[in-house]
Amino acid sequence: MFKLIPYFKNYKKEFILGPACKLLEAILELILPTIMALIIDNGIANRDTGYIFRMGGLMLLMATIGLVSASVCQYYGSKVSQSVGTDLRNDLFSHISKLSYTQTDNFGTSSLTNRVTNDVNQIQLAVALLIRLVIRAPFICIGALAMAMILNFQLSLILLASVPVFALILYLIISKSTPIYKKYQKKLDRAGMIIRENMSGVRVIRAFSRGEKETQRFDSANDELYRTSVRVGKISQLLNPLTSLVLNLVIVVILWFGSISINNGSFLTGEMIAYIQYVIQLSLALVVVSNLVIVFTKASASSARIFEVLETESDIVSPEQAVHAESGGDISVQFKDVSFAYSSTGDNALENISFTAKKGEVIGVIGGTGSGKTTLVNLIPRFYDATAGEVLVNGVDVRKYELDALRQRIGIVPQKAVLFSGTIADNLRWGRQDATEAQMKRALDIAQASEFVSQTADGLESRVSRGGVNFSGGQKQRLTIARAIVREPDILILDDASSALDFATDSKLRKAIAEQTTGMTVFIVSQRAHVIRDADRIIVLSDGRIAGLGTHEELMQSCEDYQQICAYQLSGEEAAS
Amino acid sequence: MKKFITGKPAIKKSGVFRRLWPYIRQNKRHLFFAVFCAVLSVAGNLSGPVLIGHSIDYMIGVGQVDFDMVFRLILLIGFVSIIYAVFQWLLSISTTVLTNRVVRAMRAELFEKLSNLPLRFFDRTPHGEVISRFVNDIDAVSDGMMQGLSQLLSGVMTILGAIVFMLTINPTMTLVVLLSAPISFFVAKLVATNSQKMFKKQWEYVGEMNGYIEEQIGGQKVVKAFSMQEKTFEEFKALNQKLYGVGLRAQFYAAMTNPSTRYVNNITYTVVGVIASFLAISARISVGDISSFLIYSNLFLKPFNEISGVMAQIQSAITCARRVFDMLDLENQLPDDPNPAVIEHCEGHVSFKHVSFAYNPERPLIIDFNLDVAKGSKVAIVGHTGSGKTTLVNLLMRFYDVDEGTIEVDGVDIYHLTRDNLRRCFGMVLQETWLFKGSVRDNIAYGKPDATDEEIIAAAKAAHAHSFIKRLPEGYDTIITDSGENLSQGQKQLLTIARVMLVDPPMLILDEATSSIDTLTEVRIQKAFLKMIEGRTSFVIAHRLSTIRESDLILVLENGNIVESGTHQQLLEKGGSYWELYNSQFAK
Repeated sequence: MFKLIPYFKNYKKEFILGPACKLLEAILELILPTIMALIIDNGIANRDTGYIFRMGGLMLLMATIGLVSASVCQYYGSKVSQSVGTDLRNDLFSHISKLSYTQTDNFGTSSLTNRVTNDVNQIQLAVALLIRLVIRAPFICIGALAMAMILNFQLSLILLASVPVFALILYLIISKSTPIYKKYQKKLDRAGMIIRENMSGVRVIRAFSRGEKETQRFDSANDELYRTSVRVGKISQLLNPLTSLVLNLVIVVILWFGSISINNGSFLTGEMIAYIQYVIQLSLALVVVSNLVIVFTKASASSARIFEVLETESDIVSPEQAVHAESGGDISVQFKDVSFAYSSTGDNALENISFTAKKGEVIGVIGGTGSGKTTLVNLIPRFYDATAGEVLVNGVDVRKYELDALRQRIGIVPQKAVLFSGTIADNLRWGRQDATEAQMKRALDIAQASEFVSQTADGLESRVSRGGVNFSGGQKQRLTIARAIVREPDILILDDASSALDFATDSKLRKAIAEQTTGMTVFIVSQRAHVIRDADRIIVLSDGRIAGLGTHEELMQSCEDYQQICAYQLSGEEAAS
Repeated sequence: MKKFITGKPAIKKSGVFRRLWPYIRQNKRHLFFAVFCAVLSVAGNLSGPVLIGHSIDYMIGVGQVDFDMVFRLILLIGFVSIIYAVFQWLLSISTTVLTNRVVRAMRAELFEKLSNLPLRFFDRTPHGEVISRFVNDIDAVSDGMMQGLSQLLSGVMTILGAIVFMLTINPTMTLVVLLSAPISFFVAKLVATNSQKMFKKQWEYVGEMNGYIEEQIGGQKVVKAFSMQEKTFEEFKALNQKLYGVGLRAQFYAAMTNPSTRYVNNITYTVVGVIASFLAISARISVGDISSFLIYSNLFLKPFNEISGVMAQIQSAITCARRVFDMLDLENQLPDDPNPAVIEHCEGHVSFKHVSFAYNPERPLIIDFNLDVAKGSKVAIVGHTGSGKTTLVNLLMRFYDVDEGTIEVDGVDIYHLTRDNLRRCFGMVLQETWLFKGSVRDNIAYGKPDATDEEIIAAAKAAHAHSFIKRLPEGYDTIITDSGENLSQGQKQLLTIARVMLVDPPMLILDEATSSIDTLTEVRIQKAFLKMIEGRTSFVIAHRLSTIRESDLILVLENGNIVESGTHQQLLEKGGSYWELYNSQFAK
C-alpha cells in the first residue's frame, strides 16, 4: 500500500487542498446549530425578527460556502483518484509489454488484464475516499478526544483504555481479511480464464456438446467467488458493529464512574452531558474510519497484486552497455554450443546446437513435431535466452545488443498468424512505420497477398477486425509474411508460416522470396522436405539436437533422419501421381 | 425461419430496477431478514441516546444520584448496545449474502447466455470486452448493492421513525421538512443522470481496454518482434486518457450528489429554524419543541446524506447492471426444434440442397449450393485459401445457419435436429488448436469425460501422441499452461486429434488439421485416420493433395461455389482448376 505513495507526488496540491476544503465544510456544518442557538437565545427572546432574518441569511451563506468547498474537495478527490489510476494503468501496461513470454505465461492473460482494470479500480475507490475523509474523520476523533480529556481527565482514562482494544479489533480483522481479499481477486482471475477459454474454444465446445459441462465448471468457479466474497464480508463487516459496541460499553462504564463522581461532587451533570456528546461524536467518526479501513484492506490486496507485476523484473532486458552492431563480416547468424530449457527443472529443449549462417543464405530447419525448431529460431530475436552457449548475430552475442536494435534487423513470422485491429496498411506499418505505399505493395506482391488485397473493397485501407477473423487462415499468414518483408530485415524467419497455404501459392511465395530478397538471410522452418529442399543449408533437428547439417543432396547421403523424412514424403507424394 | 442474427442488443427499455427486482425477489428470505435486522438495529440506535439521557436524569447532583436506577439503566444501555451491534452485523451479513447471491445469479445467467449466442457473436466481439462484463461490471453492481442496500434499509427505517417523532411535535413543520425530500431527490436525480452517461462511457472504455490488453498479450510475440511496445503503449495511453476523462467526470458528477443534498438539507434546516422561531414568537410552539424538532429533522435528513454519500457506487452499479442486461438481451441463436427429430445411429448420408449463405448480407458467399454425399464417402474439399472451405464446415456443424435452402443428414433436415444431436454425429479437428488449461489427460478426454485411462492412452497412441506425452515432465498429468507455450504447435494438434480419436464419431471433419505435423507423424496419423474413416463419411479440408488423393469425391471450391467435382483421375483428365492446382505442386 505504501508503495503507492510515489504516485501521489504530482498531486500534492490536491492532496492538501481537497481534505482542507472538506474540513472547512465540516466546520461550517458544525457551526450551523450554534447559530441556531443564537437565534433561539437572542431572536426569540427579544422578539427581534430582523435578527432572525439576518442570522437565517448568514446560515444560508455558510451553507453555500460549504457547498463550494465540498465541490472543490469532491473535484480534487475525483481528479487524484482517476489520475493515480490512469498512471498506474499506464505503468502496468508498459511494464507488462516488457515482460518475457515465460513471465506473462506465469501470470496468465486473464489475471494480467484483471490487474490493469479491476485492481486499479479498487485503488481508485480507496484514493477517492482517502481524499474525502483523510482529515475529517481523524480530526473529529482527536478533537473529540481532546475535548473529553479537558472536561474530565480521569474518565478519559477509560476512553484511552479502549484504544488498545480497538487497535486489536482492527488488527485482527485486517489480518484475517487481507488474505481472503487476495484470494477473491485470484478467483476472479479464474472465472475470467474460464470465460476466455469458452470464447476462444466455442467451436470445439459446441462440437463436443460440452456446453453443460462448461457451465458446471463456470458454476463451480462462480460458487467459489460467492463463498469467498461472503466469507470476507462476514469478517470485515464485523469491524463496524464491534467498534460501536466497544464505544457503547465505554459509555456504560463512564456513566457508572461518572455517576459516582457526580455523587461526590467532583463532576457536574452538565459536564456529563457534554462529555457523553463528545464520546458519541468520537464513536461516529470511528465508524467512518472503520469503513475506510475496509475499503483500504481491499485496496491493499489489489495494490499487492499490482506491485507484484510492477516488481517483476523482465528477465530479458537490454544490457547497460549495448554494443553497436558490427557488420560481422559475412557471417549473419551463429549458434555456439547452444542449449536451452523452458524451465530449470525440465529437460533441455535444445542441446549443443552449433551452426553458422552466412549473409544471403537460405537455411532450412526441419524435424519432427516437438523437435525444437520453433525454439531454435525464437532464440535469435531473444524471445528466450539460451541457458548455455551463445547466439551471435553479425558476430555479436544477441544479449549484448539493445533489444530494439537487434529485433529491428529481424523479420519474424510466427506459426500462429496474429493480426491486430486496424487496416491492412496499419498492420503492414508494424513492420516499418514509415513504409510507403510502394513498399507495402511490393511486400504484398512477394507474400502473394496482392491479389486478395486488391479484391477487397478498400484495398490497403480494408479493415482488419480483432485477431484478423475476417480473413481466412491462409490470407492471414500471407499478411503476416508481408508485414515481416516490408521492414526489409537482415534476417527473415518464416516459422512454418505458410502451413495454411495451398501448394501453388506456397511455391510461388518461396520463389518470390528467393528472387527478390538478395542479401537477406532467410530461415525457413517447416515440416515439409520440399519446402526446404532448395535451401542453401538444411538443419535437421531431432529431439533438440542437430541430427544433420548440409544441403539436400549431402543430407540424402549422410543423414538418416533426413532420408527418412524424405522417404515418407516422396512415397506419399509420388505414389499417387 | 432462418433469420439473420445481428450482434445488436434487442432494445428493451425496462428500468434497471425492474430488471433487478426478480433477482432480489428470489432471495426474499434474505431481504425480509435484512429488513427485520434493519428495524432492530435502527431501534437500538435511536433508543441509545434516549436511555443515556434518562440515566443522566438520575444524576441530579452531589449526593442525589440514584445508583439503583442508574445501574439498571446502564445495564439496559449495555443490552441495547449489544442488540444494536448484533443486528447491525446481521444486517450487513444478510445484505452481503443477498448481494452476492444476486451477482452470482447474474454471472451464471451471463454465462448461460454465452452458450446460447450465435457463433457470429464470438467471431465479432472482442473477448476481453465480454470478460470485462463478468469481472468489472458485475463487481461494480455488487459494490453498489452492498453499499446501497444497507444504507437504504437503515435509512428508510430511520426516516420513518423520525417522521413519527416529528408528527407528534408539530404537523406543519413536519410538512416543511417532508417537502425538502422531493427537492433533495430531484437534485440528486439531476446530478445522477449526468453522471450515469459518463459512467456508461467509463465502463465501455474499461471493456474496450480489457479487449485491447487481451489482444496485445495474445500477440506479444509479434509486438516484441517488431519492437512495437512504444506504439502500442501510445495507443493504450490514448485509450487510458479517454478513460481518465470520462472517469473523472463520472466520479465528480456522482460525488456532487452528496454536497448537493447536504446543501438542500442545510437550507431546509435554516428555513425550519426561521419558521419555528416565528412560530415561537407568536407563541404557538415552545422553545423546547424547537430544539427537539430540529434534532429529529436532522435525524430525518441524515439518511439522505448518507445514501447520497455512496451515490457514486450506486450510479456506477446501475450503469453496469444495465450493461449486463444489455448483453442478456442479445438475440439468441435460433432455439432447437421443440419437437426434434432424433438420429440415434448416424449412417452418414449428407446432402446440401439449394443452400445460400453469406457472412455479410452485402456479399453473398454461397449461392444455390447442391451436394449429395453418399454414406461412407471420403469427401475432400480443395481450393485456394479464402474460397469458402471453412464455411462449409460452419454450416454443416450449424456454427452458422444457412440463409436459404436446407442441409440433411440421413434424410433429416438438420434444423429439425437438436444441435447436440447433430454435432454428436461429427468429430472435428480444426486448424486452430484449442486446448484449455488443465492436464493433458483432461484435454484428451474432453469429448468423453468418463473415459478410462486405457482408452485415453489408446487414443493417444492412435494419434501418435503417446510417445511425446510420456516424455513430458509429468506425462499425462502435465498441465497445459494458459498459452500452451510448453507444447509445440504440432504436439497441440496431435492432442486435438487424440481427442477426436477417443470419441470415435460417426462422421469426421478435418479442417487443415495436419498442417503443423511432421510428415513422419502425419503419415502414421493418416493411416490411423484411414482406419477410422473406413465406412464413415468424412470431410477433409486439406491443402496437401497427398492427403486427399484417395478421396471418393473431390470438391474444388472457388469463391464459395463448387467449380469442379469428381475423383482425382476424373478431375486430372478434365484439365481444369484441379489440374492447375495439382500441377502447381511441382512448380518451383
